[in-house]
Amino acid sequence: MSLASDLSQRAAGLHVSREVRQLAYRLLAVALLCAALSLATEAFFTTNNILNVLRQASLLFFLASGLTLVILTGGLDLSIGANIGLSACFAATVIKATGSPALGTLTGLATGLAIGVCNGLMVAKLRIPSFIATYGMLWVLHGITYYYMAGETIHGFPPGFRQIGSGYVLGIPIPVYLMLAFLLAGTLFAQRTVWGQQIYAIGANPVSARLSGIPVDRRLILVYAFSGAMAGVASIVFLARLNSAEGDIGEAMTLPAIAAVLIGGASLFGGVGSVFGTFIGALILTLVLNGMNLLAVNANWQPLVTGLIVVFAVWLDMRGRRNA
Amino acid sequence: MSEQAVSLPSPRLPAVPGVAVALAGLSLLFAMASPGFLTTANLSNVLVQSVVLLLLALPMTLIIMTEGLDLSMGAVLTLASLVLALIVVSTQSLTLALAGALGVGLAFGLVNGWLIAGLSIPPFVATLGTLGAAQGLALIVSDGQSVVGIPRFVRQVYSGNVLGVPTPILIGAGFYALLHVLLYRSRFGSYVCALGGNRDALTLAGVRWKRLLVAVYMLGGAMAGVAALLMTARINAGHPTAAIGMEFDAIAAVALGGTSFEKGNGWLFGTLFGVLTVGVLRNGLNLMAVPSSVQVACIGALVIVALLIDGMRRTRS
Repeated sequence: MSLASDLSQRAAGLHVSREVRQLAYRLLAVALLCAALSLATEAFFTTNNILNVLRQASLLFFLASGLTLVILTGGLDLSIGANIGLSACFAATVIKATGSPALGTLTGLATGLAIGVCNGLMVAKLRIPSFIATYGMLWVLHGITYYYMAGETIHGFPPGFRQIGSGYVLGIPIPVYLMLAFLLAGTLFAQRTVWGQQIYAIGANPVSARLSGIPVDRRLILVYAFSGAMAGVASIVFLARLNSAEGDIGEAMTLPAIAAVLIGGASLFGGVGSVFGTFIGALILTLVLNGMNLLAVNANWQPLVTGLIVVFAVWLDMRGRRNA
Repeated sequence: MSEQAVSLPSPRLPAVPGVAVALAGLSLLFAMASPGFLTTANLSNVLVQSVVLLLLALPMTLIIMTEGLDLSMGAVLTLASLVLALIVVSTQSLTLALAGALGVGLAFGLVNGWLIAGLSIPPFVATLGTLGAAQGLALIVSDGQSVVGIPRFVRQVYSGNVLGVPTPILIGAGFYALLHVLLYRSRFGSYVCALGGNRDALTLAGVRWKRLLVAVYMLGGAMAGVAALLMTARINAGHPTAAIGMEFDAIAAVALGGTSFEKGNGWLFGTLFGVLTVGVLRNGLNLMAVPSSVQVACIGALVIVALLIDGMRRTRS
């Protein structure tokens, strides 16, 4: 027993240094991407474009930060993109009906949260593998959203509400402030609270986590609920930015969000990763996609590139584990 | 787990064929709700329309038996259909076009298998990545447009018949027989079962199981290529979003059919019932003018119920 704990402590010690090293690689990748893009196109290193990149990264980060906690437990949430669609449509309806952005925002967040809780219950209580449960949820949500919207678009929201997505404070877009706030809160939660550490423990070894008295089921429900709620946040910012709601609003967001988490260094096997890493991951992916835009690469290439990045990131993780 | 011997695949019925009950119940429901359902024309229509799904669900059964998953099937089918349409429109040669579609399917199967067996990437992430790749390529080769002007002889594949039996049904029956033999009458089938249930045993027996796993995914890709021919003939065009999401119907059919996502317990005959259940559900809801989106939600709900039953069965045994 003492040998085992000694070994695990040493492994944990190695882990930290490996994580720091990997984070350094990722920051280097950001710097190199920026340098390359500045050389390739003059349009890149302008205040406007940098702010644009940060704003796009923030949308991705909202989704990806919630997903990070899920992946830390060794699970996956494939329903986040569809969650955005339904949450945005419900929020839009409420804003239109009541004229109150606050009520609408609350509706969006509550819808996202409720979907997340359902996912959590399926995974924790019914023991359905997370990728199957959330994959089923994806299609259920698609169905409900398309039926509810019946091909309609809801658009035109009060200017105050639209500020959330397109407003500026001190020259910096409001979503960027939101991103920094969630980055700080998420990092503090994951690294500095007991619940956060318990989430890491569940991902590292679910059996020992259960045996050491961690309420695994409740923590699992918590991370899926959090992931759902963050999809709710993303839906509100998205809605405010686009000024219109459609059924397919978040459809193309799931794969990029997974890509951001994996580029950020999280492992699909759980227990490894961080919210800050995901932030860097979101930045890298956004830089790549932004660069492709600036270099006038056909947008049809984006899913292909994102797919390749996902596979590449997982391969890096697998290789690291074999060598470790 | 490794101490447990692998039960060899067997085509016999499990204790409770729940999917047969579901199929009968749904049929009864639709027969009562809609007078157009229980007609020869409509029932034969259900069968013919289910063949494309069957061609995806059969290999998906084998893939899921290996504790795998292929989320890229719908996107690969779409891409293969576009390639087929582009080739047949420009060369007027069905052989070349079918070869192109099969090539696309086999290539994606090879990549999926290599990522999963060679690089040990979890199947649902590897195939989610290739889903993105196939979807992107579909948009690129078609430039987002439909490919039209499919020659008559291609459409014949879907609408023709041999001695009064529609061609798609013959193709479906042929592939069902082929996979039945592969799974239950060949060594390959026993290995597929062991891939999900007891991989250690295969390693100890000196079986090169990584190659087998790649072969299973390539089989899936090839059958998506065949399905591409039927689908293109049916919709009389190549369309860049034609079969997006069809992998869900296939996974649903397999899950409904009682194949378990753990330990390699699969039942090919159950998948046939699962495909018919999804087909009847979609057809019946169509007749009742229920929108396609709600149909998807209904299938999703059915799958969750099937998984619950699967879970209960596991805890009981």
